[in-house]
Amino acid sequence: MRLNSSIFCLLAPFLFCGCVQTTAYHWGDYEEQLYRMYAAPDQANALSQLEVLEADLEEAASLDKPLPPGMRAHMGFLYYQLGRFDEAYGAFLAEKTAFPESTKMMDRFINQISAK
Amino acid sequence: MKHSILSVFLLGLSAIAFTGCVTTPLPKDYTQFRQHQPKSILVLPPLNNSIEENASYSYLSTVTQPLAEQGYYVYPVAVTDAFLKENGMPTPGEMHQISLDKIEEVIGADAVLYIVVENYGSKYQIVDSSTTVSAQASLVDVDTGIELWSRRVTTVQSSSAGSGGIAEMLLAAAISQVINSSLDAAHGVSRTNNQRMFTEAGQGLLIGPRHAEFGSE
Repeated sequence: MRLNSSIFCLLAPFLFCGCVQTTAYHWGDYEEQLYRMYAAPDQANALSQLEVLEADLEEAASLDKPLPPGMRAHMGFLYYQLGRFDEAYGAFLAEKTAFPESTKMMDRFINQISAK
Repeated sequence: MKHSILSVFLLGLSAIAFTGCVTTPLPKDYTQFRQHQPKSILVLPPLNNSIEENASYSYLSTVTQPLAEQGYYVYPVAVTDAFLKENGMPTPGEMHQISLDKIEEVIGADAVLYIVVENYGSKYQIVDSSTTVSAQASLVDVDTGIELWSRRVTTVQSSSAGSGGIAEMLLAAAISQVINSSLDAAHGVSRTNNQRMFTEAGQGLLIGPRHAEFGSE
């Protein structure tokens, strides 16, 4: 039985570290998409990123969990790249509403779209 | 008898595992940090002093989560990068030269985080391999130019072949080399590195305004 208890000792740090991790935001695949867009751009073009992130957005809504800072703005940037300016506008505005800290940067993008 | 020898061995290992967490350096001086408590952080793409070509952007993609969960607004890192590139700054080196006045005028961030990636990659030995990520980070107040916080953190993750015959060990080393040979191994370790960098009590960033426990430190 001493063996069992020592295995527990060995595993304990992992057990305890593993459970505590809860996040305030619903991260979904946002950072993984950022990684891919640089490390494997062929796997993460604007359209495929948006498919993943739109699904994350719905999931966050169904879990009633807030989206992380920057994710809506990132989606706005992807919509913009695809020429979907109305959706880009909406996403930048949503970022600004959720995070007023972003106002100056978002207004810059919003004005750029309005000027088109 | 055999069991007790083994359990002594395992206890020894777990002691090593524990001491890794217990040694704590002196807490940092947060006087300036408190006086200029930022709400928002602009993360610039890191400078890269490692030999891995993709280190900068791979590292960049693991910075947002720990900072945001610590209670800060983090500007969208890829959007920032694209925006700066569009405005005549094609590399992280040039981005790190932007004046704070310009950042205030154009983006409005309270603080800027400058990161230098120093090591990023895996080393393979015959029976095991290790992946090392180290980076240095500095948080600067945009209004005053004062450095609020800085830190250097290194994370090494070893994958050993475990106990078995020599043939099994070689096989395991070969397999883990295949898995680790991509950028992915270092990318995973950089996640751990940033988690430690920004959130370790007494060493990381103070809890920010968006965190439920803001002001309790």
